[in-house]
Amino acid sequence: MMDNIPFLIFSFITILTALGTVTARNPVYSVLFLVLTFFALSGHYILLNAQFIAVVNLIVYAGAIMVLFLFVLMLLNLNKDSEAPRPWLWQISAALSAGMLLVVLAGSMREASLYLVKGGPEAGEIGLVKNLGKALFTEFVVPFEISSILFLAAMVGAVMIGKKEKQQA
Amino acid sequence: MNVPIDQYIYLSSLLFCIGVFGVLLRRNAIVVLMCIELMLNAVNLLFVSLSSYMGDASGQIFVFFIMVVAAAEASVGLAILVMVYRNTRSVDIGFLDKLRK
Repeated sequence: MMDNIPFLIFSFITILTALGTVTARNPVYSVLFLVLTFFALSGHYILLNAQFIAVVNLIVYAGAIMVLFLFVLMLLNLNKDSEAPRPWLWQISAALSAGMLLVVLAGSMREASLYLVKGGPEAGEIGLVKNLGKALFTEFVVPFEISSILFLAAMVGAVMIGKKEKQQA
Repeated sequence: MNVPIDQYIYLSSLLFCIGVFGVLLRRNAIVVLMCIELMLNAVNLLFVSLSSYMGDASGQIFVFFIMVVAAAEASVGLAILVMVYRNTRSVDIGFLDKLRK
């Protein structure tokens, strides 16, 4: 019981900051809450012996993607409460839908996992860069190369979409 | 560390549903994109926990690819939103109903 206290602390932070992301009126607070969520998730990954994923999560998500979101918010000057709230009935039905999805997901996955997984996380070195790199460049080398094409396409697409059009009606 | 896998399953289900709740609740399109990131991260957490509990590296490679796709998605999505803002002076998703008419 005592040794899952870090898990409980990180879970508490994760859920609280995720709720903060959803409910904060100011979009900038949403971004900052989401960064905190990613930090807590990196803590989970370290507890699970997945050090590489933990660091990549921090660098890519908290470092790059969230800064991109923040830049766009600042660029569009949306860093204030400008969003009209949904009607009450809408809010209640959104909460009900999400809650029912939670019941279905948790129930089905709990039944599916009972015979699959026993015991705790592996104490081995699966999550280290050495092992993941070996898997990435032998077994998964084709998707890895294809993802570079995906990035190129995304970059070209972002530049083309974001370009200012000169003659606009 | 002796956390049963069930607790990770509940945590990631809850995180995913918070993301769904946000997508249904918010009007600001940028916040909706952020809630989608939240859902992606719930799936990542489930992948990493199962990969770690079963001693299989494939799950963590999958998480790596999910991050790659999420980065591409965020960049293109934000470019589209900047363009939408330039044309309508708003990022409210309620305005984006031209295809319906």
